[in-house]
Amino acid sequence: MTHYWICLAIMAGSTYLLRAVPFSLVRRKIQSPFIRSFLHYIPYAVLTAMTVPAIFYAVDAPLAAAAGFITALVLALLGKGLTSVALAACGAVYVTSLILPFF
Amino acid sequence: MLTNKDFFRGLRAGIPIGAGYFSVSLSFGILAVSYGFTWWQAVFISMLTVTSAGQFAGLQAMLTPGQYFPLLLSQVTINIRYSMMSVSLSQKADATFGRLWRWLLGFFMTDEIFAVAAGEPVVKPRFFAGLTVLPWLGWVLGTLTGGLLGSVLPQDLMNALSVALYGMFIAIVAPVAKKEKPVLLAVGIAAGCSCLCTWLPGLKALPSGISVSLCAIIAAAVAAALFPVKEEDQ
Repeated sequence: MTHYWICLAIMAGSTYLLRAVPFSLVRRKIQSPFIRSFLHYIPYAVLTAMTVPAIFYAVDAPLAAAAGFITALVLALLGKGLTSVALAACGAVYVTSLILPFF
Repeated sequence: MLTNKDFFRGLRAGIPIGAGYFSVSLSFGILAVSYGFTWWQAVFISMLTVTSAGQFAGLQAMLTPGQYFPLLLSQVTINIRYSMMSVSLSQKADATFGRLWRWLLGFFMTDEIFAVAAGEPVVKPRFFAGLTVLPWLGWVLGTLTGGLLGSVLPQDLMNALSVALYGMFIAIVAPVAKKEKPVLLAVGIAAGCSCLCTWLPGLKALPSGISVSLCAIIAAAVAAALFPVKEEDQ
């Protein structure tokens, strides 16, 4: 239980400081082109590293996970919003795992 | 009265974000409970951090005892983007956005709240305050619902909902990777590196928090070195 509270303090504290400190203290623009570029690319790199290949292990059947992945990718490329992409991915996984036992 | 109008305008702008957060945090609650956390532990995490990717990575790190440094490192790497958003939004905040407001409202700087606030010509504190209400409520109530229902829902459904967060990540990344080739490069490097860290015998031993951070830093640094972002692109 102590472990939980320490972890929560680390997560909440670091997240809050990362958000509030620059908001409160930094008023000038960051000058270094490298740091500005790095900050531009980092969100996409993080989200990708978290998703691939972990999404294929999130579901009991890797094939169902793959269906969810492909559905999300196609809809996202078509410009659908966050909520519809997320729900469609869930739907694809659900339907695929229902059908799979019959093959 | 003008200030209250700003608050309610913000509140309204937060409706779609709140609804979206509810559906995604539902799967966070389900996932947390399936990992062995209690529903209230999941709710506290959501109340105090309000960050999808960070909480998600945090859950995995929390499963291993004593992983405090990897946990901190993964949080900083994943959430450093909020610092960039905060810096960017601090330039748009109007004169009434005093120090106290910034320390209080900075807590709610999420990707979607930032995106809506950045669409304003000038950001007023009351508008921003109104904007944060429903997303935060949606995030917390979704976690609560998922945490409570997670143990009741059939396995197939829980299975399916556990990909919701990944779906949201894909929805954020894919359109930008399609439009900006350097982002596609960063995405490719991050995905390749992450696969290597999962499958290569030597690298498999790395805690997942560390390997995610490492892959992201390498990918972003390579992209930044090869394709510096021009002023107007940001």
